[in-house]
Amino acid sequence: MSQQGQDAKFFQRGKIEEFRAELHAAEAKDKKFVKRKTVLKKIVANITMGTDMSPLFTDVVQCLGTPLLEIKKMVYLFLVSYGRSKPDQIHLVIPNFLQDCNDRNPLIRALAIRTMSYIPIPVVTDALSDNLRHALKDRDPYVRKTAAICVAKLYTADPRKAEKGGFVELLRDLMLDSNATVVANAVAALSEIGDRQDGVIFKLNLATANKLLAAIPESSEWGQIYILDSLLRYVPERHADAEMMAERIIVQLQHGNSAVILTTIKALLYLMNYMENRQLIDYICKKMGPPLVTLLSSGPEVQYVALRNILLIIQRRPTVLKNDVRVFFCKYNDPIYVKLAKLEIMYRLARAENAKEVLAELQEYASEVDLDFVRKAVRSIGRLAIKVEAAADDCIQALLSLIETKVTYVVQEAVIVIKDIFRRYPGKYEGIIPTLCENLDALDEPEAKASMVWILGQFANIIDNADELLDDLCYTFLEESTEVQLALLTAVVKLFVYKSKADKAKELVHKVLKWATEEADNPDLRDRGFMYWRMLAVNPTVAGEIVLSDKPAITTDSDRMDRGALDQLLLHTGTLGSIYHKNPETFIRHAAGKALKDSPALNAHSRAVLVPLARVQLPSAMPIVVPGPGPMEPQAVSSPVAPAPPLKNDSSPPASDQPVSVPANGVSSDQYPEDEEGDEDDEESSNRQTNNLDPYSNLDNAFGGYLADEPRPMAGGRHGDEDDLLF
Amino acid sequence: AFFIFNQKGEVLISRLYRTDFKRSIADVFRIQVVSNPDVRSPIITLGSTSFFHVRVNNLYVVAVTKTNANAALVFEFCYRFINICKSYFGKVDEESIKNNFVVVYELVDEINDFGYPQNSEIDTLKTYITTESVVSATQAPETSSRITAQATGATSWRRSGDDVKYKKNEAFVDVVEVVNWMGSAKGTTLRADVDGHIQMRAYLSGTPECKFGLNDKLVIDRGAAAGGSDAVELDDCQFHQCVRLNDFDADRSISFIPPDGEFELMKYRATSNIKLPIKVIPTVTEIGTSKVSYDITIKTTFSPKLSATNIVVRIPTPLNTTDVDVGSVGTGKAKYVPGENVVVWKIPRLQGGQECSISAMAQLTSTTTRQVWARPPIDIDFQVLMFTASGLIVRFLKVFEKSNYHSIKWVRYLTKANGGYQVRVSQTFLPHPAMK
Repeated sequence: MSQQGQDAKFFQRGKIEEFRAELHAAEAKDKKFVKRKTVLKKIVANITMGTDMSPLFTDVVQCLGTPLLEIKKMVYLFLVSYGRSKPDQIHLVIPNFLQDCNDRNPLIRALAIRTMSYIPIPVVTDALSDNLRHALKDRDPYVRKTAAICVAKLYTADPRKAEKGGFVELLRDLMLDSNATVVANAVAALSEIGDRQDGVIFKLNLATANKLLAAIPESSEWGQIYILDSLLRYVPERHADAEMMAERIIVQLQHGNSAVILTTIKALLYLMNYMENRQLIDYICKKMGPPLVTLLSSGPEVQYVALRNILLIIQRRPTVLKNDVRVFFCKYNDPIYVKLAKLEIMYRLARAENAKEVLAELQEYASEVDLDFVRKAVRSIGRLAIKVEAAADDCIQALLSLIETKVTYVVQEAVIVIKDIFRRYPGKYEGIIPTLCENLDALDEPEAKASMVWILGQFANIIDNADELLDDLCYTFLEESTEVQLALLTAVVKLFVYKSKADKAKELVHKVLKWATEEADNPDLRDRGFMYWRMLAVNPTVAGEIVLSDKPAITTDSDRMDRGALDQLLLHTGTLGSIYHKNPETFIRHAAGKALKDSPALNAHSRAVLVPLARVQLPSAMPIVVPGPGPMEPQAVSSPVAPAPPLKNDSSPPASDQPVSVPANGVSSDQYPEDEEGDEDDEESSNRQTNNLDPYSNLDNAFGGYLADEPRPMAGGRHGDEDDLLF
Repeated sequence: AFFIFNQKGEVLISRLYRTDFKRSIADVFRIQVVSNPDVRSPIITLGSTSFFHVRVNNLYVVAVTKTNANAALVFEFCYRFINICKSYFGKVDEESIKNNFVVVYELVDEINDFGYPQNSEIDTLKTYITTESVVSATQAPETSSRITAQATGATSWRRSGDDVKYKKNEAFVDVVEVVNWMGSAKGTTLRADVDGHIQMRAYLSGTPECKFGLNDKLVIDRGAAAGGSDAVELDDCQFHQCVRLNDFDADRSISFIPPDGEFELMKYRATSNIKLPIKVIPTVTEIGTSKVSYDITIKTTFSPKLSATNIVVRIPTPLNTTDVDVGSVGTGKAKYVPGENVVVWKIPRLQGGQECSISAMAQLTSTTTRQVWARPPIDIDFQVLMFTASGLIVRFLKVFEKSNYHSIKWVRYLTKANGGYQVRVSQTFLPHPAMK
């Protein structure tokens, strides 16, 4: 091991003048440049601590004359930090840069262009251009791979200059380089450019894609990621092409780097949309499971990324991990974000066969300490009851014993889900209502209270003292939240419909209607009050039929994403978008959206649900869309909110070598029958379709507040038109 | 951008790769994460800006981006950075980063360019980023060319053939298995799995070509063929990037040119036919509301020739425990640690085929309301040398090198439990003795 440094002492704030004096003093007598080195270290430490060292520009630059590499690197670091703010002085260092660009040592040549390209001001980029052109053809691969990234930097600084300089073409040539690292960096640079809204479009044809694949075995792990990622820019025209490509990359699932694995999975999921061979698709699905599980042995951060992705993957490809629910059981010392993500997956993977096991786990979690986790566990028990009929009895038992603990937040969660269970299995569990009524006082959260009120109203005919209970609850009517007020209003109307002869019911309904129509500020409440009042006045019988009509059955389908949205979201596997389950263009400004591209090979069902990409025309005007909480969220994903015309206007900068093949065969989706090959999720998707016919399926969504603990990006500033984090 | 923060939120390293950030973005992280007592995610997104962080010792390693970054790549990069620092400075903490900050800056400039991770192989990096000063003029371009060829080459993890010379050619193979077990209160297995990795230290001259062989009856890829009950089944395995995946795919052979020195050759995971080295039989009884009694027996199931060492059993007690009487301890020592609400029972060594028990009684203060107690599981840590819970063994390691030297290979096995070997405690209530 190398000797330990002793530089911590330099982390002390110093004054510009002192440093300047020290640098000058060092010029006179500086054996082995020790003094200069020391001052520079102090300066770098001060940059780190956030002190502005830019006034020292001319003094620091003087040090470039020393032949010490360490000093050179520190000066370069200084230039990267302050070069941009000194456009009038930067010319002082250009000669040094140019000299280094022509150094015999390739490491120095690379260092020079790398540093220059970090200073995006015209003086430097002008000087860089010629050298960069040479560097892209340097005989040393290290210089070439550095130069490739430099092009991306240059493009960021000045896209038009980079295009005019022919750099994009030079990058394309590098994709055929003999060195795999160079190829990978060229691909990374082209991808970055292609993702820009004003960038040159980057697409791959079969021949190039195959060449890139050949470079994978010799690439570094990072290089493999860049190449695998770029495969999504290749649109297979024939099933066989997609199948061949998948077979070639599937070995990468054995790689030790989790990012290689997830990127391979992304490419496989993408290619599967263009495949026909059922057997191969099944095989790939089977192969994807184990590596995903193995990611759960990585560090907790990677586990989290994996779990959020698994949640998406199993919705689209339910056979993956179908029998592996146990691996998602929470460990006592898992970080909370891992636990919450696991819980969601456990629920998704629950079926009649494993419901008992899952329930036992959920019960275990319900006694832990973290509030969010416990609440989610309790809710999951209720959702399990709704999802798996065979487990409903056991789940109810579990919920009842949780209510017995009298822990308020547990009781409240339990009440919320039980309401939905009543709706899912009418006439089956009403016997437990008395137990719920005993815990009325424990409820202080709006959602729980509203749920209980709903139960009281709906079953007022079988709850003997429903009138008293509702009357009690109405004492605080005017202070309640709107959610509870609305529930109370409906509940007393139901009570009145059931017991129209009872004085108490009459009195109560009158009182509440009066409050709702005369004292409430909320228009919804007022309107609903008027509506009930008139209905009851005009024809009480019909009113009863309306208020107590059969409710549409509750299903668990509405919390699944629809296939088109999933297909689109899975194109972002492994990225931030896959963590938040949102398309990146909806929460990251200037982020590139993605959409499946149509081709003759595209699976018919995928085509039918294809979500075309709206490419935003005016980048700076794009608002940040951060949807608020609420049950509609998953659906919001399916219809990108970007206010731009659809696909056709795909901006086509000069080099678009391949027009986007659109509508011709893509629009009339209704012509396509359900996926004939019986894509795995068929049964469920047809299920969902019938469900979509129910206009209420999302209105009174069973899992209204369920997404409360979903990870989501936070809005940075109030306005989307300026930089979102201003300093 | 890339940052390192200390626990107080002070910046130790700050490298902005792109002009879309100013250094002041560091303040946002300090406010949102370092000074936030309840951080519930390793990723935080504010507007278009996302912060990724990994904690190590007293440090935060942080990456910041305004793009839809590949989250797995970002975290892998942070992990890699931490490993590189470990290798360079021996440890990764505030002191070592501050003491070597100039080298750290060189490293972050080298292993990441414009946000794209570049060559991060320690062996190669050490050939040109060192803690000693290098006079650029004296570094021969030829040496540099060799370095660059290696940094970008197909075997970027190993210096070229003639640079590596050992008098004695040796290779050490350590098979290390971490066994995780979750037992129900009744002692049945809820989940058992093994996270294994094969660590190799190769001190071999030249450019050695290695071939590695595991058990004959090894099934990788569950379900492809029924292995029978005595076969070793791996659910999955992943390799260091030096292993030729195409060869493995074709005929399951593991062949590679190793990096010089220590590296992780292979990771694997097994869930079937797992031999649990230690069994735990817990009986926890709540007597009324004032006492909880514990009777816990542990048994070793492996051959008497082997032994488990450093056994630490942690038995959680309720939060309102006032004291614990440790009645009898078969072997080792037990002590109640009030600060953590656990009884810690330590057994230095326990041979195979033996058992020992402990009994203890926790006294509780009376509380008016029954406090919620999460009933954490009982946790056992231990190590067993020359034993693998999966049954995996190394059959051979062949080394071919053009000079045909003789090499010595050593294999060691270690199975350990490390916070993941747990048995749940059931809730059995006994009425207070007076009420019987």
